Amino acid sequence: MFVRLNKNQPAMVSVTFDGKPLQLCGGLSVAAALLEAGIGHFRETPVTGSPRAPFCMMGVCFDCLLIIDGIANQQACMTQVRKGMIIERQSGSADAIAQGDRS
Amino acid sequence: MTEHYDIVIIGAGPAGMAAAQTAARHKAKILILDEQAAPGGQIYRASETNAKLDRPELGESYQSGLPLVHAFRESDVSYVPNANVWQLSEDREVGYSKDGIARMVIGKQVIVASGAQERPFPVPGWTLPGVMTVGAAQILLKESEIGIENAVFCGSGPLLYLVVHQYLMAGIPVKAVIDLQPGGNYFKALLKLPGALASLSKIIQGWGWKRDIVRAGVPLINGVSDLRISEYNAANGVEYYRAGRWHRLDSEHVLLHQGVVPNINISRAAGCDCQWNAVQCCWNVVVDDWFESSLSGIAVAGDGAFIGGGVAAEYSGCIAALGALAKIRRIDNRERDRLAHPIRAAYTKEMRLRPFIDALFKPAKHFRIPKEDDVVVCRCEEISVAQLREVIDIGCPGPNQLKSFSRCGMGPCQGRFCGLTVSELIADITGKTIEEVGYYRLRSPIKPLRLGELANLNFPSGD
Amino acid sequence: MEYEFIVVGGGLVGSAVAYGLAGKGCRVRVLDEGDRAFRASRGNFGLVWVQGKGWDFPSYAKWSNSAANLWPEFNQELSESSGVDTGYTRPGGLELYLSETEWENRSQVMAQVRQHVGDQFEYEMLDHAALKKLIPQIGKDVVGASYSPQDGHVNPLYLLRALHQQMDAKGVSYRPNEKVDNIEYLDGEFIVHTQTGTHSAAKIVLCAGLDNQRLGAMLDMQVPVTANRGQILITERAQPFLHYPTLHVRQTQEGGLQIGDSHEEVGLNDGTGVEIMAMIARRAVRLFPLLARMQLVRAWGALRIMTPDGKPVYQSSQSCPGAFAIATHSGVSLAAAHAGPIVDWMMGIAEHPLISYFSTVRFAINADTKGKGSCGVCSIE
Repeated sequence: MFVRLNKNQPAMVSVTFDGKPLQLCGGLSVAAALLEAGIGHFRETPVTGSPRAPFCMMGVCFDCLLIIDGIANQQACMTQVRKGMIIERQSGSADAIAQGDRS
Repeated sequence: MTEHYDIVIIGAGPAGMAAAQTAARHKAKILILDEQAAPGGQIYRASETNAKLDRPELGESYQSGLPLVHAFRESDVSYVPNANVWQLSEDREVGYSKDGIARMVIGKQVIVASGAQERPFPVPGWTLPGVMTVGAAQILLKESEIGIENAVFCGSGPLLYLVVHQYLMAGIPVKAVIDLQPGGNYFKALLKLPGALASLSKIIQGWGWKRDIVRAGVPLINGVSDLRISEYNAANGVEYYRAGRWHRLDSEHVLLHQGVVPNINISRAAGCDCQWNAVQCCWNVVVDDWFESSLSGIAVAGDGAFIGGGVAAEYSGCIAALGALAKIRRIDNRERDRLAHPIRAAYTKEMRLRPFIDALFKPAKHFRIPKEDDVVVCRCEEISVAQLREVIDIGCPGPNQLKSFSRCGMGPCQGRFCGLTVSELIADITGKTIEEVGYYRLRSPIKPLRLGELANLNFPSGD
Repeated sequence: MEYEFIVVGGGLVGSAVAYGLAGKGCRVRVLDEGDRAFRASRGNFGLVWVQGKGWDFPSYAKWSNSAANLWPEFNQELSESSGVDTGYTRPGGLELYLSETEWENRSQVMAQVRQHVGDQFEYEMLDHAALKKLIPQIGKDVVGASYSPQDGHVNPLYLLRALHQQMDAKGVSYRPNEKVDNIEYLDGEFIVHTQTGTHSAAKIVLCAGLDNQRLGAMLDMQVPVTANRGQILITERAQPFLHYPTLHVRQTQEGGLQIGDSHEEVGLNDGTGVEIMAMIARRAVRLFPLLARMQLVRAWGALRIMTPDGKPVYQSSQSCPGAFAIATHSGVSLAAAHAGPIVDWMMGIAEHPLISYFSTVRFAINADTKGKGSCGVCSIE
């Protein structure tokens, strides 16, 4: 269980996670906020489909990868929570077509 | 357009901040790039936000970083947070991206202050959700005021005991501590004790933490020779081998740590020479007295060159900056030596404890070089020990051919969590020395960047 | 004599040759360099390519065509026996063009190859609309493409691994970390001196890439090769969408997009340079705009083995009979030929009629042709 230490709860922020609305603590990294919200696994690996979650929390392990605002393979520990963020678990490889192109 | 600076510093931890501050005092044009949102590196992470809160559990050592952070903020430097540095060339061209835009800058001198990372901990089950590093737990604690209840801490090293201590101070329940420090280390460390006596207070502090853990009623389990993490009935647990049999502790969260190692990817990719440190069992960047690497104009300071801790990092950052300033003739050599003198004395004193700590906490071979077939060595590509053995058996001369044949090391982490294991595994199986075996050939981009960013990089003619 | 053949070089050329020799029952030793060797193999893009090759060199057009046709059977045998999936597929391949002029020129090149090879060479010129039916994600700037159903691709590293595995299984003596210092030809025997000792054989095949020039000279063979650097980018894994390999971009079996085709004369420097990387990225994004949002995770450089006209060298020594030299940058496309007809030639079983066209004599004859010819694939002149 992830517990919050202080008595002052930071302001909550509305995001969507896997299509459902979710309230996350503002001012945190997406990884920290999701862990606190009880999200136990973030993705399934492309090779064997194994579940993974954050490991190092400092940007070197690349295990906390999520699809954020439509872009795949974002390091959740290096991204700050933002109001209206659309967060999705990544199952396997990036969907290049769904990501679309930027002209 | 490619901007030019006197000194480009990569990393805003203690070494980087100290280097920036020192160089700024001599009116050099400084750029400092850091991938985090705020300065402090790992050790002083979130110092500024925590200064406004009441966080006594984090301890004095942590608080002592705040003056450096403040002084850094006051310095006349260009500081770019959230900068993803993906290249350092031997000609001191630095490529970085921020907010979706890639840029190139050139420094007359570059100081790499890339800091440290956790050592890999390849045991069965280390890739399961719920398993994290102790460093990760500390980051959650410092930056987000989050604690992980009832975790089992496994491993060895000062950081492990520091974090358990911080947890106890914060009132977060700890399920158990499994200490994997090899018993033989104590004797070897004692041989280094004379040199360490100057830092006796630190040694006493460390032992005090262990005593507090026991006093708090947290099980402290020693004499463990093997460890595995597994899922059983959809819950995680740690199995440890002790006194002739396996024991199990159920816990959703397992926190691993067996020391920190220099984060050398950017230095290696640039082409800096490295050497194997047989006590710390990791690669160090070869640097001279001014922390200049084998590449002229590129210095590597702090834990990014070799592990010395946060305070030593600060001193090395100052020294590296003075060396760089002299090379671009902002100060002459005499001035450089004069200013460096007291800092060197402090640095030497700080480093006196290292041989003792290194000997005491040298990680056990069994946990550095996995033997079981199904242990995942490469987390990114999910390559197991068995798969690597197959490739080594057909005569792979080293980690690069191994990488080509198995994909081990080809993932986004670029060997940060498998490189050490692979080099040691090949050395162990083939009987070669680790220097003969070598390491992955690293190149930029050392962190991923979008193709669109790279495509839009402008190169004015003549560059 | 310890061995019937010594093969110098364990890259794609050397290992294909050793595999073929061992398969025919020869006792072979392979001498390879170490883990940090230049390894042109690692720079190979992985195309098993036919289209365009040899438009200016009829024998090469025919040789490439027949080599590509040997590939499926070669791959089947190799994959089944080694258990390694080389990732070879032959869906047909494309070269994409960003200007009408280039497209027109290509049309003529393809017609020329058809003239040399005959109907055996199948191809089609596609306009943008036809191309978009094949690859919906094609960029609007792409005017069209040349397509050949005979083109395919493979994972060159897994190919090398499979060859090494089978070399081992067939009893080839593979020795890494054995850079060759010197070779002597004495009383019908080849004596090779390396850092660790001496090796001898009745015949010797030089497949040492850039080192072939130095080694060839010891055996009375002039093998002019220069280093030509290519840089390659690879992205994060993506779900499959690019079902046809193209000259500049192909999607690997793991899902990463591999992007390349650059040429630089930078000596023995196999590093990367950001200007070229950016150029490669720019072109890739024009060809497939959705690549802009994909992350580049790795880049590398490798040194191609460039002969003066870009075509292979198959040379046998006059004064040291039994010595052979092979030099080519198409180690993948020609792998099946190297394991087959080239082996038959070196063993004295049969000489394929096209082999003699690739001797180094042609460089002496064409000595006034300065600079490089075009191999029909790379966009260098």
